[in-house]
Amino acid sequence: MDFGTIIEILDSAVRLGTPLLLACLAGLFSERAGIFDIGLEGKMLMAAFFSGAVAAVTGNAWLGLLAGVGGSMSLAFVHGLASITFRGNQLISGVAVNFLASGFTVLIAQSWFHQGGRTPQLSGNGRFDPITLPGADAVQDVPFLGPIYSNLISGHSILVYVAFAMVPITWWVLFRTRFGLRLRAVGENPESVDTAGISVIRMRYTAVAITGVLAGLGGVYLATGLAAGFVKEMTAGRGYIALAALIFAKWRPVPALGATMLFGLLEAISNRYPNIDLGVITLPIQFMQAVPYILTVIILAGFIGKAIPPRAGGQPYVKER
Amino acid sequence: MTYFTKFLGAATALALSAGAALADPAIIYDLGGKYDKSFNEAAFNGAKRWAEETGGSYKELEMQSEAQREQALRKLAESGANPIVMTGFAFGDTLNTVAPDYPDTKFAIVDMVVDQPNVESIVFKEEQGSYLVGMMAAMASKTGTVGFVGGMDIPLIRKFACGYVQGVKAVNPDAKVIQNMTGTTPAAWNDPVKGGEIAKAQISQGADVIYAAAGGTGIGVLQAAADGDVLSIGVDSNQNYLHPGKVLTSMLKRVDNAVYDAFSAGPDLKPGIRVMGLAQNGVGVAMDDNNKSLVTPEMEKAVEQAKADIASGKIEVHDYMSDDSCPVE
Repeated sequence: MDFGTIIEILDSAVRLGTPLLLACLAGLFSERAGIFDIGLEGKMLMAAFFSGAVAAVTGNAWLGLLAGVGGSMSLAFVHGLASITFRGNQLISGVAVNFLASGFTVLIAQSWFHQGGRTPQLSGNGRFDPITLPGADAVQDVPFLGPIYSNLISGHSILVYVAFAMVPITWWVLFRTRFGLRLRAVGENPESVDTAGISVIRMRYTAVAITGVLAGLGGVYLATGLAAGFVKEMTAGRGYIALAALIFAKWRPVPALGATMLFGLLEAISNRYPNIDLGVITLPIQFMQAVPYILTVIILAGFIGKAIPPRAGGQPYVKER
Repeated sequence: MTYFTKFLGAATALALSAGAALADPAIIYDLGGKYDKSFNEAAFNGAKRWAEETGGSYKELEMQSEAQREQALRKLAESGANPIVMTGFAFGDTLNTVAPDYPDTKFAIVDMVVDQPNVESIVFKEEQGSYLVGMMAAMASKTGTVGFVGGMDIPLIRKFACGYVQGVKAVNPDAKVIQNMTGTTPAAWNDPVKGGEIAKAQISQGADVIYAAAGGTGIGVLQAAADGDVLSIGVDSNQNYLHPGKVLTSMLKRVDNAVYDAFSAGPDLKPGIRVMGLAQNGVGVAMDDNNKSLVTPEMEKAVEQAKADIASGKIEVHDYMSDDSCPVE
């Protein structure tokens, strides 16, 4: 394996890890505020569909992005309504969101485009094309650092850079602002926040809305950055892997980056080397595909540190009994 | 009470006779969905052609989840539909249990052999069609490396891969074929993002023609190939139009012909195994205006020659499913 191959695999890992990262940060905001969200998959799917559809009709990826985030936020609102206002079971609401997105997207796509639940292929401005960072071509020939900058760091869609920027922003918002302190408090001990005269309901709705935006960006990247259009069920379980990454990262933003990129890397390696020959044994591709879940289970079982979810997670807040 | 019983009996008899009199054919599409631009859509086209030509009507059902299979099958059988055609190997086990319960209904299953007295099993010689596109891929390749992206890792898809590799090696014994399967669950049929990444990985390893046999995932493969300026090969339906001038050809699997024939036979459908190969016009390669500039006269000549040789038995293309192994890699 030469240096160029390693760069290519890492490059692929960044592309595959980015949707996971966005979804993982989305889940982070929601779960930190005490709202479990297994509907990430559905939100991404909804965003993928609306961005693909609007970008196909208008030929503008940015309008697609707005539509996609809008679609995702509408589902986030449904989840918020069910689990905050009506105090329903958050897991059931999340499952419902997934089912709703799965059926709704295909149905509307068929009715609009008559292509069997697909949107038309995107081309030109309808896609978020890779952007070349300044100086990327100039430093191409510099040994070692040149290829890293020009092939690995440069040449991604703008949404990848947005996703990476969201990591420090999320950290700063959660741990260095008053809003972040309140948001975390709502997920740990909502009564105390309420006693301080802050509306738990409003905090939770805000968190769920942020979740909608971030999961939406993830879906938009799938349909308009990586692929060229929407295909039914195209999220293919990425929302669930993002949840696994969230647990793996113990609900913290910087480890979330590490976890999602690790999962992306595992997928990239299995794409490149379906069966890994270790001399003694050959690792089948199924093993590589299962590793994210195995790691998550190991973490949950408490072998590597301990993953403790926010204390008030999953419990609807009742002001007075 | 007796009146009521009689009334019920009469109503039941009426309903039964009405069901028998209808006897419309029916088709069930598998999880890929009716408009997958590929396998199921070909089946739909066959049903549509039958309806247009005969003026008849037919029933159809689209699967939404694994759990629905038996229910869907029983529902159609009880509604009096005859024959009932289903697309996809995944119906095999279900049909095996359901078919004996409806001895007067004829079933046809595509891509699977079900040994029941009222079932017609339609199997395609995909290895023959894949052999032809493999030859074309090897002739179009400049690097001597070509790629294959399969959907879910099942024997049927390995059959595609095996025929393809044999075709490639027939033209260029030194050619390298990079093979990838997208996954091991049904989600592997609908993951264009992963398909695109696999295609990119193959391109970076030197592949300049990539054959996708992966349903909706293949759309991502074709897209990544067009973006990376290499050629791709579509599957099942004619996919040449998706990226004109970038798709070398498509391996056609004439599921439409199979469905059309089954519908035309109606309740007189002949049970047993029906093999659709090159000789029966069951598989083939797509040539149209979109890939005219890519197909050289030599390719066309070689394909025609190979077609004749396969039909006459001079070339024997190995079928992966006959012994679960492939002689070449």
